[in-house]
Amino acid sequence: MAENVLHIENITMQFGGVVAVNNLTLDVNQGEIVALIGPNGAGKTTAFNCVTGVYEPTNGKIDFFGETIVENYPQGKMKKLYAGENMGMYDHIVSHTPDVIASRGIARTFQNIRLFSKLSVFENVIIAKHMRAKQNFFSAALHLNRAEEKRMREETMELLAEQGLDKFKDDVAGSLPYGIQRRLEIARALATEPKLLLLDEPAAGMNPQETLDLAAFISEIRDKYELSVFLVEHHMDLVMNISDRIYVLDFGKLIAQGIPSDIQSNTKVIDAYLGVSEDE
Amino acid sequence: MANKKRDFILSAVFAAIIVALLVYVDKEQHYSMLASVIQKASIYALLAVSLNLLNGFTGLFSLGQAGFMMLGAYTYAILTIPLAQHASVYQYFDGGIVNVCLPPAVAIVAAGLVAVVFAWLVGKPCLKLKSDYLAIATLGFAEILRAIIQWEVLGPVTNASNILKKFPKFDSIMTPVIISAFCIFLIVLLINSSYGRAFKAIREDEIAAEAMGINLAKTKMQAFLTSAFFAGVGGALLAMFQASVQARSFTSAMTYEILLIVVIGGIGSVTGSVIGSFLYIACSEWWLRFLDDSQTYLGVNIPFMRGGFRMVVFSVVIMLIVLFYRQGIMGTKEFSWQGIINFFKRIFSARGRKAVKDNG
Amino acid sequence: MHTATYYIDLLLSGITVGSLYALIAIGYTMVYGILRLINFAHGDIFMMAGFFMVYISATMPMAVAIPVVLLMTVLLGVLIERAAYKPLRSAPRMSVMISAIGVSYLLENLATYITGGLARPYPTIPFLKGTFMVGSLSVKVITVVTPVLTILLVVALVLFINHTKTGMAMRAVSKDFDTARLMGIKVNNVISVTFIIGSFLAGVGSILYFTNYGQVSPLIGAMPGLKAFVAAVFGGIGSIPGAVLGAYIIGVCESLIKANDSISIFSNAFTFALLIMVLLFKPNGMFGEKLTEKV
Repeated sequence: MAENVLHIENITMQFGGVVAVNNLTLDVNQGEIVALIGPNGAGKTTAFNCVTGVYEPTNGKIDFFGETIVENYPQGKMKKLYAGENMGMYDHIVSHTPDVIASRGIARTFQNIRLFSKLSVFENVIIAKHMRAKQNFFSAALHLNRAEEKRMREETMELLAEQGLDKFKDDVAGSLPYGIQRRLEIARALATEPKLLLLDEPAAGMNPQETLDLAAFISEIRDKYELSVFLVEHHMDLVMNISDRIYVLDFGKLIAQGIPSDIQSNTKVIDAYLGVSEDE
Repeated sequence: MANKKRDFILSAVFAAIIVALLVYVDKEQHYSMLASVIQKASIYALLAVSLNLLNGFTGLFSLGQAGFMMLGAYTYAILTIPLAQHASVYQYFDGGIVNVCLPPAVAIVAAGLVAVVFAWLVGKPCLKLKSDYLAIATLGFAEILRAIIQWEVLGPVTNASNILKKFPKFDSIMTPVIISAFCIFLIVLLINSSYGRAFKAIREDEIAAEAMGINLAKTKMQAFLTSAFFAGVGGALLAMFQASVQARSFTSAMTYEILLIVVIGGIGSVTGSVIGSFLYIACSEWWLRFLDDSQTYLGVNIPFMRGGFRMVVFSVVIMLIVLFYRQGIMGTKEFSWQGIINFFKRIFSARGRKAVKDNG
Repeated sequence: MHTATYYIDLLLSGITVGSLYALIAIGYTMVYGILRLINFAHGDIFMMAGFFMVYISATMPMAVAIPVVLLMTVLLGVLIERAAYKPLRSAPRMSVMISAIGVSYLLENLATYITGGLARPYPTIPFLKGTFMVGSLSVKVITVVTPVLTILLVVALVLFINHTKTGMAMRAVSKDFDTARLMGIKVNNVISVTFIIGSFLAGVGSILYFTNYGQVSPLIGAMPGLKAFVAAVFGGIGSIPGAVLGAYIIGVCESLIKANDSISIFSNAFTFALLIMVLLFKPNGMFGEKLTEKV
């Protein structure tokens, strides 16, 4: 059995009275591509945001390589309001800002691309190297450690070349075609040297051919950088194609999990999701 | 490669001209308007660049600059007034309780550091606020600091609302130019480093920057403290230039003035801020002075030119820049010789085309 | 020790000042609610209204001058919006704020130029002048008129916003600018109405303030303007009752601080300290709504 990378345990996220994610438990193992699917508003991105530290979940915990990176339980007003399960199961608070989560080795992309759109492609990627740079404020500001700066630049160029983005290196990120921007966002995430890559609807807005290319691309980077990949997606083609395992979320609740062929034939899933998608 | 050599030669020639000009002005025209503009403009250039580091590069809209300048100016003044002069300066406070007199160079650094300490206190709670709330909170802090300095209880140190004077001034116009240039050089180094890129990332998109592992609180604080340090140094230089310090001159209007210089030069351009301050100071102190005096042209007296007209013209120009020329002089670009050459090429080719059209 | 009369007197003057801050604060809070813009020029509109009165009352009887002054103040407010803010509708927020600072700078310099930088005595408005006695306490007419008029205007405004079609449009625009536009609301008209109301109230405030204060000077608008803004933040930006309550709290506290010589220098600083406290502990003010960004 491969090593466990991400373990989401009984996560509930409640905004006021609305339960966006209800008691979600999910695992990603080393080298796997795991997909989280579900209709719009099912709580997929919210789950992502809990993992990356954007939101603090109301209840539950998240482990990364066996170490707890997020844990919370209902407090204050939420004590009365809480509508989820497993109340009282957790009694610690572990909370990190997104940058700490990123430094542990979880990188992400965003549903509606968030590049540094006025900066160049090169700058976009090298910024992601900042956190792992071995230099403090003064040595960097006074350019005392030129070797480190040189290393960062070289690695950035290398990464751009690997991703086929080197020809765009001086272009302003916001001016690139959509597909390239998506790729750049993934390249930028890779520059943080992650162990786990979170992709939030990577195929949004892509045509079938581009989606196929993307599927190949995701498998490729998984192998090349020895990553695990956790993605949220709408495109069934992509998900069925590349996922090792799939989790299905509906109204914040997990309704099914398993390998792609099982999910395809699961009646609950068809009712909640695939049925709708075939009508389209 | 050829361009690099050309740029180097052009820069060397340019630097030589500037140095020659400075030496000449320093020796021959020490008390001229030009000398005064050079000194004040180089100080304002440093202040504008330090504000630009926040507003332009990090995207933090801070309006507290006057407060940090004031701290710098006071620190410098308090630490350098000769002991023999204490009795006369602190006449209402029995000569005060400060019993040190440091060399100016040390006091200038101390000025920056005091500003940093207070910036840390201000930044700790305020930096997490969103754009316009940060602006109003920093502006508020500057006002609070101003009130504290004028407080009677602190009189033995700050001389309360009375003037501080008799501290060492510049002995040459080179001093402010060299110090400012050196400080701006340090800021440019910072901007071109990994931290400078992190600042820009925060300006572009905080959420993405954070997801890329940039610690927002820490990085914003670094930008804020650096800016405050140089604002403090700038304040000390301003004190030396003016030869006196009084808290009530460090109002938010002073911050606005520096902000407008940044806007004129281009938010996010260091060279823009430098050019902006020289233009702004030269215009307001010298070239546009005539607007304030009644003038008679061809025997006709122009009635509306009198005291204050200069500032009206000035503010109209600023509004025009803000509204129709939002990029300012430089936008977010930096000065380059290639840029200058291209600029002239464009002008000449446009003229050439026009000439051809007119002839044809 | 001071007598009770002394404190009642302080309280009354605090309420008067608070009412004036309230009238200005409403302009801030409404503009912020709709444009998300701190209208730094609002305090200067208040100052300009003072000068309008100085010059206009010299040429016509007071009964005519007052409406003319209010009309001119309203025109000035709308003109500023059209000239300096409307062209920047799609620009970054920092640009619009800089434009507001630019307008403020322009108005202050213009007033300095016209008046030569000197304070001008404010004309006496007959029915606002004078005092009357309540027991042993002599009360100025203006001290009573100001809060009463303020409350009446605030009530009228709240009724307007909650019960008219324009008011509904204003609420819609402040909730969601783009959606309101898609729903066919003429956003530019709504913004103009906001500036009309804000400037009108600043005009009324200016008449009351300067009658009390006695003179107008070019830089006088900045401080009351900022304090009114703090009041607006305190109450929760966008909330009119909140702004009014904030204004009264600031007015009364300021009046008490000013009366104590050893700390009177902090009368302005106090307001900002309050602002920072509110921003830290209750960033959305006492009655404000929470705004979050979707990731």
